[in-house]
Amino acid sequence: MATVIGGYFTSHVPGIGHAIARGLKQDAYWKPFFDGLLPVQRWLADKKPDVAVVFYNDHGLNFFLDKMPTFAVGAAATYRNADEGWGLPVQNSFDGHQALSWHLIESLVNDEFDITTCQEMLVDHAVVVPFQLAYPDASHWPVKIVPIAINTVQHPLPSAKRCLALGRAVGKALASWGGDEKIVVMGTGGLSHQLEGGRAGFINKDYDQFCLDHLGPDPDALTKHSALDIVELAGSQGIEIVNWIAARGALGSGALVQKTRNYHIPISNTAAATLVLEPAA
Amino acid sequence: MALATSPSPRRVIPGTPVYDGQAAMKGYALNAMCYSFNSQDNREAYRADPDAYCERFHLTPEQREACKSLNVMAMLNAGGNVYYLAKLAGIYHLNVQDIGAQQTGMSLEAFKAMLLAQGAN
Repeated sequence: MATVIGGYFTSHVPGIGHAIARGLKQDAYWKPFFDGLLPVQRWLADKKPDVAVVFYNDHGLNFFLDKMPTFAVGAAATYRNADEGWGLPVQNSFDGHQALSWHLIESLVNDEFDITTCQEMLVDHAVVVPFQLAYPDASHWPVKIVPIAINTVQHPLPSAKRCLALGRAVGKALASWGGDEKIVVMGTGGLSHQLEGGRAGFINKDYDQFCLDHLGPDPDALTKHSALDIVELAGSQGIEIVNWIAARGALGSGALVQKTRNYHIPISNTAAATLVLEPAA
Repeated sequence: MALATSPSPRRVIPGTPVYDGQAAMKGYALNAMCYSFNSQDNREAYRADPDAYCERFHLTPEQREACKSLNVMAMLNAGGNVYYLAKLAGIYHLNVQDIGAQQTGMSLEAFKAMLLAQGAN
């Protein structure tokens, strides 16, 4: 039977990719963030997952506004990274886990989630950066992935409540999967930040701490806010917390232990955070 | 029966453009152009002749002017979405801190200091 080893949550700011490319991990500006990944690296080295189910949002690499799915599930054999337009080095492709993808798709549609399926899907920094952080020395990615993209670009956006329900349905599907893989669930993005408008540079430490405090023990607390409430509380791009909320849902209803937690302001325009939750023994 | 001509009222969040259907309708051409900048060839074609490139994507005069002046607030007002606009900014090696400073009317140094100060509290 497959095992969900836990959830790994982190920010995916493109600047992190630039900092890695420029060898700045020990730079005073970056060190407080990168050091927060060391326990994650150790945890993954210990647990050795085979598969990652990754909740993230695309930033205009794979999806344009011509067709914008609210929830899109990858079902590809390979996921390529590609040029996003502003100089991030293109990273290695990921192997997909197509059988698990289709199992998730069958189960989600059976549970009345009207998802989009993608047999071709480029993955942007929101997928790549968290893997660069988790496996800094990898010559190839040691896990297969199933990416699940949530629309955070074109309003109306799905509610936090719906994202949590999607994640719970993914967790249910993982529990009924017949394979023997070890699976890590990932939620990427956030925390509070805003790139555009007169409020560019907005950060909300209190809201971020509320999210970090409640995500594990009481994720429903994060669903009392509408998507627009979260935009107001966390900034336009702070809405990416819905990726974390969905990933939390996929960890199921059992008690969780916080293995590590880090929070640092700022990385670029962002309040950056890293969290690992695992099932209580 | 009167036909409705506009969607339901928009919620206003100060200083925060909400990229809704109205913005999507207004900004489609501009965003489509910016999406094309995922390709290096297209970025070079834009750099070589911005007017011709804007023409290819049927940008409105307001959108062309906003691009020409590299005024992010004007691009947003013309329906630009920041995820796609970032690719245009990238052509000019402007990152999100540069455009943050521009939109808030701060110097880059002051904008960065503002972010650092939030971490110091």
